[in-house]
Amino acid sequence: MLEREDERKEEGCLCASGDLLFLACAGGSNVGQMSNQAAVELAKDGRGKLFCLAGIGAHLDTMIVAARERKLVAIDGCPVQCAKKILDHAGLQAALAVVVTDLGIEKSPKLEVDPADCKRVVEKIKEELRD
Amino acid sequence: MVKIEILGTGCAKCKSLAKNVEKAVSEAGVEAEVVKVESLSEIMNRGVMMTPALFIDGEAVVVGRAPSVAEIKGMLKR
Repeated sequence: MLEREDERKEEGCLCASGDLLFLACAGGSNVGQMSNQAAVELAKDGRGKLFCLAGIGAHLDTMIVAARERKLVAIDGCPVQCAKKILDHAGLQAALAVVVTDLGIEKSPKLEVDPADCKRVVEKIKEELRD
Repeated sequence: MVKIEILGTGCAKCKSLAKNVEKAVSEAGVEAEVVKVESLSEIMNRGVMMTPALFIDGEAVVVGRAPSVAEIKGMLKR
């Protein structure tokens, strides 16, 4: 199955497989950037698809129609929870909402992502998805 | 005349959608222009990140799966 997905990606196919979408706030802080990096790693690991939160925020019908029928994971850097709120505004509900700072990772204006912290976020989401 | 667009690069799911659209149009007896959009860049430029996608009269009605014949007929009757 994964092999076939890889083949499709190489061919440039966008054929949807799976029902899980990761939407990260990708905000202007270390934890915002970490939310995006975690989403990228989860997608590369085959856990779901990285999806465009900006497209949802822009209320693009193509994005909203696709998201409406899938399980959404909102990954936010901080308690402001912009990703989750953007979904709410679009009438979509996150099946799982994760906040990076809830894991004890401190928010700072620096944009560097600590790989060890990012790994913790990825593992936390994997764990939540298993439950 | 209804304009139906099928967006997909041509994999099995896209072909299945095209087949279902053809059947739905014929069974519903609607006059339709069916257009296939297979260029990946055009598909992505239209904001579609998951295929196949179905547009009816310019509106995205299904994205990321191939709806059944009955479902498409229902959409055509709206």
